[in-house]
Amino acid sequence: MTTETFAGPQDFFQAQLRWHWIEIAFWLAMLLPFVLTPNYLVLASQIAITALFVLSLDLILGFSGIVSLGHAAYFGVGSYTVGLVSKWGWGEPLTGLLLGGIAAGLFGYLTSFIIARFRHLALIMITLGIGLLLVEAANSASWLTGGFDGLQGIHTWRIFNTFRFDLYGYTAYGYSLAVLFVVFLVARRLIHSPFGLALRGIRENGQRMPAIGAATGQHIRTIYTIAAIIAGIAGATLAETTETVSLESLGFQRSADVLVMLILGGTGRLYGGLLGAIVYMVARDQFSGLNPQYWYFWIGLLLIAVVVLLPNGILGGLTLLARRLKVAS
Amino acid sequence: MSENALATQGVNKSFGSLIVASDIELTLPRGVRYALIGPNGAGKTTLINLITGMLRPDAGRIFLDDEDVTSLAPEQRVRRGLVRTYQINSLFPHLTALESVTLAVCEQRGVARTWWRKLSVYRDEVDEAHHILSSLMLAPVCHRPTRELAYGQQRLLEIALALATRPKVLLLDEPAAGVPRDESKELFAAIAGLPRDITVLFIEHDMELVFRFASRVIVMVGGRVLVEGTPQEIASDPQVRAVYLGKTAGALKHG
Repeated sequence: MTTETFAGPQDFFQAQLRWHWIEIAFWLAMLLPFVLTPNYLVLASQIAITALFVLSLDLILGFSGIVSLGHAAYFGVGSYTVGLVSKWGWGEPLTGLLLGGIAAGLFGYLTSFIIARFRHLALIMITLGIGLLLVEAANSASWLTGGFDGLQGIHTWRIFNTFRFDLYGYTAYGYSLAVLFVVFLVARRLIHSPFGLALRGIRENGQRMPAIGAATGQHIRTIYTIAAIIAGIAGATLAETTETVSLESLGFQRSADVLVMLILGGTGRLYGGLLGAIVYMVARDQFSGLNPQYWYFWIGLLLIAVVVLLPNGILGGLTLLARRLKVAS
Repeated sequence: MSENALATQGVNKSFGSLIVASDIELTLPRGVRYALIGPNGAGKTTLINLITGMLRPDAGRIFLDDEDVTSLAPEQRVRRGLVRTYQINSLFPHLTALESVTLAVCEQRGVARTWWRKLSVYRDEVDEAHHILSSLMLAPVCHRPTRELAYGQQRLLEIALALATRPKVLLLDEPAAGVPRDESKELFAAIAGLPRDITVLFIEHDMELVFRFASRVIVMVGGRVLVEGTPQEIASDPQVRAVYLGKTAGALKHG
């Protein structure tokens, strides 16, 4: 794969962290909706939040090989935390993010002790179970969560006391995009750290890790907690920008959707998840406009097509294409 | 530091009615090169699994530097210097050789939990990894993903990973398994060139290699240690001839 030569052994690791022009172009393109599609900023904001959520799943699934079908649990904890705090009279958005992240992180840390003991199929069952438990708990505690009707009376204050969350989503998109970008920078640093390398080791061969002295369980608990914090921040951002929280934020559908988006975009590549979120959410928006009743039909078709034709997701396919073009030229 | 790097005391293990280790008593002095031989199913790999903690013994104790490590998890034993390699390549297919060994060095130095600093900051760790790869003639291919390396190179990478953990005792499970004969000599030359203070125990079927590279030999049969001695003693031992080597006893005189 790597045919380049490096002057010293360190240069190899240095090169991995360097910003590629495509990355810069990608983030600049994320600003385009402000100019090109100002009527779609609400959707754009939801895409940015979802992309953040997918990023969090990529850290555990794509980089560490921990499968989850209940990741919405942490998203929902973040949402409900912000919603409740706002209902009780504190609607400051940035501290809201912090609280959402902390609450989800605590829940993630507690559950990580179970997660670290299992792999593969067992993990799917356990994470699914955690998700279902939480939905029913939130449903039955309707005095706190509003149950099936969702949480009422959320109000988010202005950001820095200046930017009001407007109806068209200007503030919402700017805010969501900023949160996404900051967390992305943290995640990017993380995967190029010694810890990030250890995670890839776990993904590649978890059995081998103890034989090089690695405390695999400890690594898994750490990354699971970090991923839960990020999921919580994503959930908090959604609650703040939409000023609603419902059971749907915790539900199985969200857990399944996020997994689909990640696989669609390509796992273990950071940008794969972002791309997956964009493609999936835009496709869903377009298909549901085209055919309100049967739009999942097209989503299903898209899924099968991508997995059959591009086993490493859309980003995997694009990388392959770019390499072929390079060779051809 | 004590004279003995590794010792086992009355180690027993059985799976149901199948006894795979029976009263294993071993004492490995520091720096000695041991070969562990025996017919298939004698319990050689099982013994390595028991010593390294991949399997729990039913009874008995394991000492590293006279310290009881029986209750420690495998990774804790590795951090104290009790390290193994695998008979079947057990590597990180998509990591490059340099990444794999750097990972092991980072784990050894206790920096693998750091997630907020760039890998390229850890110059010492990367240098050490590169140095280990160079010493095993892997430097030219260190930027290749592991799965693209030749089989023999992958066997060397197994050893490189073990060395990165700074072992005191190194247990090599058939290091040359599947490697063509001429290449396996190079591989054993690399093993012979390991620092003298590392105690090495290797499982090997090729008697020529055993007699050339081991200073002492342990013979296992049916889950027990049959006899232990110098290669010359083993070659002339009537028990060994009868039970293990049988008709191929003549081959022993090669070495």
